[in-house]
Amino acid sequence: MSGHASTYEPKTGFTKWLDSRLPVVRLAYDSFVDFPTPKNLNYWYTFGGILAVCLMTQILTGVVLAMHYTATVDGAFASVERIMRDVPYGWLIRYIHSNGASMFFLAVYIHMFRGLYYGSYKAPREVLWILGVVIFLLMMGTAFLGYVLPWGQMSYHGANVITGLIGAVPVVGDSIKAWLMGGPSIGNQTLQRFFSLHYLLPFMIAGVVILHIWALHVPGNNNPTGVEARKDKEGLKQDTVPFHPYYTVKDGFAIVVFLIIFAAFVFYMPNVLGHADNYIEADPLVTPAHIVPEWYLLPFYAILRAITFNIGPIDAKLLGVIAMFGAIAVLFFLPWLDTSKVKSMRYRPVARQFFFGFVVASLLLGWCGAANPDDPIIPMGSDKLVVSYTDANGNEATQTYEEYAAASTFRDQKMSEGVEASIAVEKAAAFRFVHLAQLLTLYYFAYFLVILPLLGLRENPKDEPASIHKAVLGHDRAAPAPAE
Amino acid sequence: MSDAQTKPHETVDEDRRDFIHIATAATAVAGAGALAYVFVDQMNAASDTKAASSLDVDVSKVPVGGEIRVLIGGQPFFIRHRTSAEIRSAQNVELSALPDPQSDEERLVPMQSGEYNRAILVTSGSCTHLGCVPVGPAQGNTGDFGGWYCPCHGSHYDTSGRIRRGPAPSNLPVPDYNWVSPAVINISL
Repeated sequence: MSGHASTYEPKTGFTKWLDSRLPVVRLAYDSFVDFPTPKNLNYWYTFGGILAVCLMTQILTGVVLAMHYTATVDGAFASVERIMRDVPYGWLIRYIHSNGASMFFLAVYIHMFRGLYYGSYKAPREVLWILGVVIFLLMMGTAFLGYVLPWGQMSYHGANVITGLIGAVPVVGDSIKAWLMGGPSIGNQTLQRFFSLHYLLPFMIAGVVILHIWALHVPGNNNPTGVEARKDKEGLKQDTVPFHPYYTVKDGFAIVVFLIIFAAFVFYMPNVLGHADNYIEADPLVTPAHIVPEWYLLPFYAILRAITFNIGPIDAKLLGVIAMFGAIAVLFFLPWLDTSKVKSMRYRPVARQFFFGFVVASLLLGWCGAANPDDPIIPMGSDKLVVSYTDANGNEATQTYEEYAAASTFRDQKMSEGVEASIAVEKAAAFRFVHLAQLLTLYYFAYFLVILPLLGLRENPKDEPASIHKAVLGHDRAAPAPAE
Repeated sequence: MSDAQTKPHETVDEDRRDFIHIATAATAVAGAGALAYVFVDQMNAASDTKAASSLDVDVSKVPVGGEIRVLIGGQPFFIRHRTSAEIRSAQNVELSALPDPQSDEERLVPMQSGEYNRAILVTSGSCTHLGCVPVGPAQGNTGDFGGWYCPCHGSHYDTSGRIRRGPAPSNLPVPDYNWVSPAVINISL
């Protein structure tokens, strides 16, 4: 914490000499050794360290992959296949990189939900939270750019869909789109700039991560009680433990467990999180039947497609784009949208219910994003066949059938000569994925824009413990502690 | 020099300082702007990319009821040879019932003789929703209105390339093209 005086004492002649010139060892010592950390952090708090490992893994494997990759439309797909088949251990490095992206997002989503649950975005940690959202945005940009590089069918057509979103912006959209693509469509020039930016963005992420850690170390960690560690010397000593060895070991253990899960994906199911279509080389003339982004972007894709209606002069396409970006933009304002003074949901029983509802809604949005929006979830009745024809009096008429045989017999036999009839499927009413996505999108925005602002003013939170120390010893419980 | 001779260190010419500050800042801003322009403009289409933006297509090779697909500058275009039934269904539509009302004739370009070749329909091959390439007769799915169907988000186009149902906001655009001869068209971006 910023108020915490440095306890570093250089011992050798060299470290004394260095400390008076560049106190980098002192900085590391004060940040990661004798940094006072709340003593009640649980395993949900280990994901920051896990994410640091993820970023380093992606940069290391990415730099190596770039040594073998060719960023041209004719060479990209083949160079990735060469990495898989010919480059020594290329398959391993690429699978670590592609699965590493999924692991990175898995960890970041847990990290963000943890922040939402324990109120880590509230004062004095608003800047810390906002920097985190910036990192999240950069991660999504990097992941999107990276997914284009193998130049498979999903790469190409996914990029088409996403750049198409920019075209929805009124007036300037098409010019911006052409500017981003460097031509009328996604081509060689687009692939090359995407590769360049995919290499650049992780280092920008690393830069923002440094700011994120800096902003964390000024107020210090939040903790599961949401009660700040006391600032006085005795209170600080009771409420905190030094980062090393307590949290280096706890984070280290969590990282090992996480890497075991990571390795299980890399070695046993390296393609389970990807799409088979991306092992077909990009063909601008053939669109895959079902374009979907990688799993970690599905909830936002579902929000994009949930908007199927116009509002006033704004058409559905632009509204969908606004809703999708709004779903992330709203996170920037969260510190001021949540009006409750109580940080941790442990002491907000009503808010906690809405929070778990939000987690479920986010997961279900992912399910909707993966599905065809028109597919029924709950069918109401069965599809019907409608034969349209011109009757004897020259009027248009229709007949409805349940069975194809009956419908086609009618079409072929009951017609007078020279009259054409056609059969079309009339879909039965159903509760479809698009309907579920609309309900969930409504809840997603209501959680941030209605529930959290109002609940903070109306709910009755439980009593918070007097201090982290008391909470750990169980003194915050309502019932008196049994006599010892 | 007269100022320097009187009180060189005690008088500060505020106007002169303001001028220097503003001039320095203006030069810096102009320099940054000139530099930024270069770095923004380099992202725009290069000359060779722009040059590859038109194509002659022999439409006499397109089979009746079928279509060919061409790429110009990486953008797909459909050239469809419509059957008489398809032309009729494109013409016999109540325009008021269309989401983006356009008559079939508005979507054709007359030949040099001034007549329309109603059998040949030329449209963009990018769904106006999010740019997927719709499927058509060659893929065995022409949607509910006999034209094209976009598999990405379920937009149905009719035999004139007009949007009939689904999320796409507008008809498949008709590109700039002209009839070079009764059998050849020139499409340009």
